[in-house]
Amino acid sequence: MARLSNLHRVLIAIAIAASIIVPALLPSWTTLVTLILAKGIVVLGIIILLQAGQVSFGHAMFFGLGAYSVAFWGKYLGTGDLLLYIVIAPVVATLVGALVGVFVVRYREIFFGMLNLAFSMVLWSLLEKLYHFTNGADGIRVARPTIAGMAFPPETFQYLLLYITLALALVASFAVQRYLDSPLGHMLKAIKTNETRLEYLGVSARKVLLIGYIISAFLGGLGGALVTVAQQIATPEFAFWTKSGEFVFIAILGGTANAAGAFAGAAMFEIVRFLAAAKLANAWQLILGVVLIVIIMFAPSGLIGLLKRGAASEGKR
Amino acid sequence: MSNVLISARGLKIRFGGVIAADGIDLDVLEGENLAIIGPNGAGKTTFLNMTTGYLRPQAGSVSFLGKDITALPPRTITKLGVARAFQIPQLFLEQTVMENMLMSAAARTGQMTGFRRLMDLPERAEMEALLDLVGVRAFADRRTFELPEGQRKLVDIALALALKPRVLLMDEPTSGVASAEKMGIMDILTNALKQQKVSSVFVEHDMEMVERYASRVAVWSSGKIQIVGPPSEVLQNAEVRAHVIGI
Ligand SMILES: Nc1ncnc2c1ncn2[C@@H]1O[C@H](COP(=O)(O)OP(=O)(O)O)[C@@H](O)[C@H]1O
Ligand SMILES: [Mg+2]
Repeated sequence: MARLSNLHRVLIAIAIAASIIVPALLPSWTTLVTLILAKGIVVLGIIILLQAGQVSFGHAMFFGLGAYSVAFWGKYLGTGDLLLYIVIAPVVATLVGALVGVFVVRYREIFFGMLNLAFSMVLWSLLEKLYHFTNGADGIRVARPTIAGMAFPPETFQYLLLYITLALALVASFAVQRYLDSPLGHMLKAIKTNETRLEYLGVSARKVLLIGYIISAFLGGLGGALVTVAQQIATPEFAFWTKSGEFVFIAILGGTANAAGAFAGAAMFEIVRFLAAAKLANAWQLILGVVLIVIIMFAPSGLIGLLKRGAASEGKR
Repeated sequence: MSNVLISARGLKIRFGGVIAADGIDLDVLEGENLAIIGPNGAGKTTFLNMTTGYLRPQAGSVSFLGKDITALPPRTITKLGVARAFQIPQLFLEQTVMENMLMSAAARTGQMTGFRRLMDLPERAEMEALLDLVGVRAFADRRTFELPEGQRKLVDIALALALKPRVLLMDEPTSGVASAEKMGIMDILTNALKQQKVSSVFVEHDMEMVERYASRVAVWSSGKIQIVGPPSEVLQNAEVRAHVIGI
């Protein structure tokens, strides 16, 4: 895989256009599109770990850390600035990611997944039980922050948040794609296929995985901050294991081979939930469940894989 | 006298009832091609595992250039200049031959970066030349799992050579290679080793190969070294002929 393929260029152009045009025509979709992009950023982190064959069932801990960094700032220090939030939240998540990472990168597969789950449950319990600081299950409301020191009315803010999230999603995608194509990214894949050989090249597999883990924690924290600002609340649910499962679900749905899958998956997931929740009450889980079964059985490379296949057969005709 | 590269002293290891190393003393000298021969199960691979840190001997020690490496992990020993090729090729199967090679180059030069494309590393031409040298350049853009066994073996060796080691340990480099091609491959290999000034240890079953390419031979038997010496001497030894070569 050398440079960006034409298919990727087209997909990126469509994604950018859709992120701008849809909310302009349908204002009620603005927050939805923001959520898609923000969750896509988190799922990029899942995709990084999947390169090494490792599934984290606790990644919501970084998402939650990002969310509560924003919420605590608002609660204890007064309403902050969006630009401040998108720095602080990933920094907190990164620091915790480095600490937790040192432990989890010693393990592989089911043990890696479960240890992550355990760490995330510790955070979730703290958020639930330390009622005095966290308001427990009620969560903490997050006031609309300023942007670069300026306050905006809700409608304008919605759009600005969307555009900032879009810009961050683009930067994150390109950075992650570059990372996956780099020596460190390739060595992540090498952990999946032959860790012994990697060590016999003089490389510490743990170090390679730790770097990937820290980057994915950073992305989790960033996405968590953006979602919290968009939804104006942080609750312990953000760090619950079902949320972790949701991120893994989205990654598999979209396709784990490259960065684009994260956003394709997040779009599918959020749109189905949004449409179905309005009309079919709780049927959205059913619909998404069936879609995932179909994807796993017939298109294991996810939505992006399907598009690629479509483009390839189009080219042959 | 030549420099001692690897020095093993009194190596012992036992797996349950099997004694795979029972007091191994051996020096690997600079500039030599040391062949290890002996029946299956004699402990040849185990010796390579102990000298590269994959297995820790229960007694004895290994040093490299005078430094004790007995308790070091493979990656550290590799960094010191001991590379290994495997009996069963150990490759990154989802990636292309060139990507495999460039990972080795990146590891050697310490380019552990996340910002630069692997395929844009400056060592690419060097890796192409190396693949050319071992005769698998035509496969550079193929994923390694698509390659025939013999070619995979060569890529495995090329990966080790890309590290520019002082000494290369090869476990049966020509097994799985059609016998018509063995000579060609060994010619290529010894040439590459000489050109890059790499000393080597190779486990081999084919006595013709040993005779032709080894500068010294060590004969393994039930975890012990039966005899060490120049091929002309060792291969004429009556006991070796009877038990190892089977004449
Ligand atoms: N990791 C291990 N665990 C248990 N037994 C082993 C292990 N490695 C080697 N052995 C045993 O040690 C003996 C020597 O094996 P090996 O070094 O592979 O022989 P060779 O390479 O000379 O054919 C064999 O009996 C083998 O079954
Ligand atoms: Mg063996």
